[in-house]
Amino acid sequence: MLTTTPEAEPDDAELVDILERMVAGQVYSTRCFNLQRQGRMGTMAPIDGSEALVAGAASALDPTTDWVFPQYREQFALGRFGDEVIDRVVLYNIGHPAGGHYAEHLRVFPHQISLACQIPHAVGMAWGMKVTGEPGCVATFFGDGSSSEGDFYEAANLAGVLDAPVIFVLVNNGWAISTPTAAQTGAESFAAKAHAFGFPGMQVDGRDPLAVRAAVFEARERAVGGRGPMLIEAVTVRHGPHTTADDPTKYRSADELARARDDEPIRRFAAQLTERGLWSEERQREVEAAADARFDLAWDRSQEAAATLDPATALFEHVYAEPTARMQRQRGELRAHLDAMANGAANGSAAG
Amino acid sequence: MVEAINHTLHEEMARDERVMVFGEDVAVNGGVFRATEGLIDAFGPDRVVDMPLAEAVIVGASVGLAAAGLVPVAEIQFLGFSYQAMHQLVGQVARLRSRTQGRFDAPITVRAPFGGGVRTPELHSESLESQYANCPGLKIAAPATAADAKGLLAAAIRDPDPVLFLEPLRGYRMIRGPVPEDDHVVPLGRSRQARSGTDLVIVAWSYQAELACRAADRLAADGLSVGVLDLRSIVPLDVDGLAEAVSSVGRAIVVQEAPETCGFASEIIATINDHCFYDLEAPVERVSGFDVPYPVGLLEDFYVPDVDRIVAAARRTLAMAP
Ligand SMILES: Cc1ncc(C[n+]2csc(CCOP(=O)(O)OP(=O)(O)O)c2C)c(N)n1
Ligand SMILES: [Mg+2]
Repeated sequence: MLTTTPEAEPDDAELVDILERMVAGQVYSTRCFNLQRQGRMGTMAPIDGSEALVAGAASALDPTTDWVFPQYREQFALGRFGDEVIDRVVLYNIGHPAGGHYAEHLRVFPHQISLACQIPHAVGMAWGMKVTGEPGCVATFFGDGSSSEGDFYEAANLAGVLDAPVIFVLVNNGWAISTPTAAQTGAESFAAKAHAFGFPGMQVDGRDPLAVRAAVFEARERAVGGRGPMLIEAVTVRHGPHTTADDPTKYRSADELARARDDEPIRRFAAQLTERGLWSEERQREVEAAADARFDLAWDRSQEAAATLDPATALFEHVYAEPTARMQRQRGELRAHLDAMANGAANGSAAG
Repeated sequence: MVEAINHTLHEEMARDERVMVFGEDVAVNGGVFRATEGLIDAFGPDRVVDMPLAEAVIVGASVGLAAAGLVPVAEIQFLGFSYQAMHQLVGQVARLRSRTQGRFDAPITVRAPFGGGVRTPELHSESLESQYANCPGLKIAAPATAADAKGLLAAAIRDPDPVLFLEPLRGYRMIRGPVPEDDHVVPLGRSRQARSGTDLVIVAWSYQAELACRAADRLAADGLSVGVLDLRSIVPLDVDGLAEAVSSVGRAIVVQEAPETCGFASEIIATINDHCFYDLEAPVERVSGFDVPYPVGLLEDFYVPDVDRIVAAARRTLAMAP
C-alpha cells in the first residue's frame, strides 16, 4: 500500500500503480461476474467503465488519513485503500455477513445498496473529523441516478453550510439501470448543481484516471485546507450490464454498447503508459495473473469463512452490543430446530 | 419533564465531551420546547448545532459522526417528521453495527416529542413507536416520569446502540416530579411498577402510564385494586416483568395512543399469550387510538385514550367471569 500523502504530479511508479489497480479491478470484477454465472455468487455490479475514475481518485487520496464511502461498483479498484478490500468484496458477494466488516485499518465503508444513503454518512464523518481536528478528508462515490435522491441534496447542502472536508465524486456513467441521464436531470450538467450548494463543481473525463486524479487532488487540497467541499462529476460510460441480473440490450443499442466498450478506460491508459515506456502487453499479463492469484486467495478465504459460518450465531450477532433476552430465546429455538432437523426429527419449541 | 431532559443533556455533555447535540432550532433558540436551552452557552457552537431543515441528513450524518468517534444526540422536532428520516434511521442507523459486523457501534440517540392532546397542526402528534419497534437494531425508550426522563436519557446517550428516545409532548410541562440530583441511570428494558394492585394491571408507556395511574386512582375509590406497569422502554421489552405483573393478577388491559391495528399493544398481548395464557381470567383488552389518521383538533379528544376510556375498559375486564 502506498501510504504517503499524494503528490500533485504522479511519478512513474504512481502512474503504473494506477493502471495496476485498474487492471486488477477489471480482473476481480470479471471473476465475480463469472462466478455469479456459475451460480456460486449472488447478484453483483461490475466495475465496467469506472476503473479509471476509482483508481485515479484513490491515487489522490491518503489511505492513512482519508475515508472512502463507496456505492457498490467501485470497490474492485480500491486496492490502494488495502489489499484486503477484495476479500470483503468476495465475502459480500457470496452473502457472508463478514463482507461488511472492514478491518480497523481500512478506511472504507461497506457497500451501500440503499442509493445515496452513504452521502449523509460521508458528510457526517467529514463533520466529525473537523470537530475532532483529525487530518484528512472524506470521498464519497455515488451514481448519476443516486444524485436524484433527496439524501444527496440534504447532505451536499449541509456540507456547504459546514465547509466539511468532503469530496463528492458523482459517477456519471450515463445510466441508472435502464434510465439515461437525460431522464435524471434537467440541469446542464451534474457538476453545475454544486453552485447552488456554495462550493465548486467540476466535470472531468472519468475514463482518464489522470484527469480524475487532478480534480480529486485539488478537491483534497481544498478540503484539508479547511476550504470546504467540492463536487466532481466523473463522466464515463457503463460499458456492460448494470448488474448480473440486467439485460442492457433491452434499452441500449448493440452499436452504442460496442462503441462504449471500444473506448474503455484500461486500453486507453495502457496505450499512454506504453508510449512512455512504462507498460507492455507482457506487463499487463503479469498484473492480470497476479490479480487472478489474489482473487483465488480471496475466494479460498471466502469459502473457508462460509464453511465455518454458524447460522444460529451469525444471525443474532452484532445486532446490538448484547442480544436482547428475546433474541437469545430465538437463537436457542433456532439452534434446537436445526439440531432436531439434523437428527431427522423436527420438534416443536415453546415460545418465550 | 422538559427541565429533567434539559438538565440531563447538560450533565451528559459535561460528563463526556464527545456528546454533540444537533437538530432544528436546538442551539440559539434552545429547542421549540426548550429541551436544549442553554446548551450552546455552556458547550459552544461546535457541540450544539442548528441544522438545516433536513431530517434525513440530521439522522444520516449521525452515522458518520459516530464512526468518527463522537456521540450524536440528534433531535427530530416532532416524531411525525421522522418519516423524512426513516430510511436513515431504520435502514442505516439501526443496521450500522450489523452491516459492519461490529466494527462500528452506533451510540446515537434520536430524541423526538410525540403524542397528541395539545391541538397541534397535522403530523405533529403521531405515535409511531410500533413502526420503529419493528426495526431490529434500534432501541426505544419512552419515559412517563421526570425522574425516568433523566435516567433513561442518560442510559440512551451512554448506550453503544442507537436509541429512539420518545418524549411525551403533552407531558413536557404536565408531568412534574422529583428528579435525582446525582448520577441517575435507568437501564433500558426494566419496567416500573407505577401502582401495585391485585385485581388487574394496566400496561402502558409514556404519557399513557400517567393516565393509567389516574385511572387506577379512580378505580381505587370504588375499592378496586388496580396496578400499573410502566414499560419505560418497549425495545428491549421487559418480558419477565410483564409476565410477572400479568400472571400475578390474571387480568390486564393495555393502553396506547397509536391506532389499534399493529400497535405495540398487540405485541404486548401476543407476549402475554406466550407467557401468561393459563393464568389469565379474562381476555386482554386494548385501549387505543382508532384505525384512522390522527385527527384534527376538534376530533382529537375523541381519538386519544383518556382516563374515562381506560376506566371503562378496566371495568369491562374486571366484570368478565374467569
Ligand atoms: C434507494 C434505492 N432505490 C432503488 C434502488 C434500485 N437500484 C439499484 S441500482 C439502481 C440504479 C443506480 O444508478 P446510479 O446511481 O447511476 O449508479 P450506477 O448503477 O450507474 O453505478 C437502482 C434504481 C436502490 N438500490 N436503492
Ligand atoms: Mg449511473
